[in-house]
Amino acid sequence: MPSTVIVGAGPAGVRAAETLVQAGIRPTVIDEASISGGQIYRRPPSVFRRDPNALYGFEAKRAGDQHRTFDNLRDQVDYWPNAAVWSAQGRTLSVVTETGPKELRWDRLILATGAMDRVVPFAGWTLPGVYTLGGAQVALKYQACAIGEHPVFIGTGPLLYLAAYQYAAAGVDVRAVLDTAPFAAKCRALPGLMSGGRTFLKGLYYVLRLRARGIQLAAGIRPVAVNPGPDGTVSGVVWHDRRGREKRTACDALAAGFGLRSETQLADLCGVSFVFDPVQRQWLPSQDGEGRADIEGVYLAGDGAAVKGADAAELSGARAAHALLYDLGRAESARELKALNRRLARSERFRRSLEAGAFPFPADLAAGAADDLMICRCEAVTAGELRKSVCELKATELNRAKAFTRLGMGRCQGRVCGPAAAEILAESLGVPLEAVGRLRGQAPVKPVPMTAFLDGAVS
Amino acid sequence: MGLAGHSQGQLRRVAATDRPRIAFTLDGALLEALEGDTILTAILTNSRYLRRFEFNGEPRAGFCLMGACQDCWVRQSDGMALRACTTLIESGMTLLTRGADGG
Ligand SMILES: Cc1cc2nc3c(=O)[nH]c(=O)nc-3n(C[C@H](O)[C@H](O)[C@H](O)COP(=O)(O)OP(=O)(O)OC[C@H]3O[C@@H](n4cnc5c(N)ncnc54)[C@H](O)[C@@H]3O)c2cc1C
Ligand code: FES
Repeated sequence: MPSTVIVGAGPAGVRAAETLVQAGIRPTVIDEASISGGQIYRRPPSVFRRDPNALYGFEAKRAGDQHRTFDNLRDQVDYWPNAAVWSAQGRTLSVVTETGPKELRWDRLILATGAMDRVVPFAGWTLPGVYTLGGAQVALKYQACAIGEHPVFIGTGPLLYLAAYQYAAAGVDVRAVLDTAPFAAKCRALPGLMSGGRTFLKGLYYVLRLRARGIQLAAGIRPVAVNPGPDGTVSGVVWHDRRGREKRTACDALAAGFGLRSETQLADLCGVSFVFDPVQRQWLPSQDGEGRADIEGVYLAGDGAAVKGADAAELSGARAAHALLYDLGRAESARELKALNRRLARSERFRRSLEAGAFPFPADLAAGAADDLMICRCEAVTAGELRKSVCELKATELNRAKAFTRLGMGRCQGRVCGPAAAEILAESLGVPLEAVGRLRGQAPVKPVPMTAFLDGAVS
Repeated sequence: MGLAGHSQGQLRRVAATDRPRIAFTLDGALLEALEGDTILTAILTNSRYLRRFEFNGEPRAGFCLMGACQDCWVRQSDGMALRACTTLIESGMTLLTRGADGG
């Protein structure tokens, strides 16, 4: 029987699986997490007894629906939890599983690998107690923990206010929410934002609730530095307000996030070609508008294809599955594809006003990193060393700079430093961002325990 | 600047503390965690950092908490490297904050 594989059991992967099962296909679903849900609907380990309303707020119903959908599919899919795909070669995936390394052949592959925070380094960002915004949410949803007693939320994007609200609602003393996007940008984006309807209203609600709690909200700010206390952990953050005045906020933890970046390494290893997306400022795997990549049998869905949020991820998950079914000769899927595309197009205007309008990425902040600032936290490469690779070694694109400096060669594979490094390189060279290219995906895309090599499964 | 009254650890529990207790050791010290904690949670509810950075010895306490940044690898006394944010703690684990290179 031909093998159909889905990587990722978040909103996109779950809807893809459901759609395939309904059409009589039994897919293999692989996810690194121990339980389905993905990032937004992440579930705590089973010994936690938590009220879904406390965990997911407005999203509780949707989360429950997602979890039930997948749990009900369990007999109709081959589910591999706790399994990380670390390489893709030809039509074979290499996977580390609980029971050891495995190779899995696929005839059709849906990549629904999601996204992670887009990181902008600033002084002190490697101190213990500084976490990504997504990390702050994971701590809360997956472990019922706050990243500190008195956190500050800094960066930009809708998740900034959502996460701060979730912390405040959990009883945590949120010290401030500091947004690099100017207030005026939000006003200008308002007409587009209103097209988001319910989603927009939820965002507004979070902001109003934070205000009502007396939490300081500031827009148009610039992070300056995280200050260490005597024990080397976070004691406060220094920032500039919109008029450039220096401010200090005492805190014991910082959640920092500047939007999301798609997790694209597996598409890269599969040989899919990439196109530059100016809104997301990232090279993304190219697709035909129905989720088909330009490698036969590969389909893309969810935030891993382009960051569009959870609701769109569900739709694009179903769309990728229908494209796959259509390609297998199931004519009925054509109608579904049309309907799904109409719904996705509607959410597109809202997405654009969010990403490019209300919460623009502070590219200048990333590009302007001080020479002594560590950009790559795996290999300790500074912005200065990166710039030197341009001046002295004539690196003109990211992979050359990587070879010279080791930036992006560490264990995170450039997931953390990649976006900022691209901005710095482009600025030093005086070229547009797309001209510096992208860090090419390289196996292992996730670290492989040495035992996988010793067992001889990996050559 | 600075805040008075830090709790011992970096992370603070906000709910679901009714889980069974588990004992483990960190650098030889006997500590307590709750069933369902990741190794990262178990360590950081007791301590302000997880490990020291190979290049300059500065303390690190993880970053992404979702298995992406790889900044949270610790070692077991038997030498096995573990990614703290995605591995659940088990009773009797003997963890070390030094010398994990991620395998
Ligand atoms: C930490 C975090 C928190 C978020 N919280 C919210 C929120 O509260 N509200 C909101 O509207 N949006 C949130 N988002 C945005 C979020 O990306 C989308 O809302 C939604 O989760 C996207 O769904 P998805 O299915 O595309 O990807 P995801 O939900 O990210 O799911 C992708 C899945 O793929 C798996 N995976 C990836 N690579 C591999 C691999 N190599 N091997 C095996 N498995 C792999 C991952 O483990 C993951 O479970 C959050 C994003 C992040 C990163
Ligand atoms: S904290 Fe990032 S991988 Fe564990």
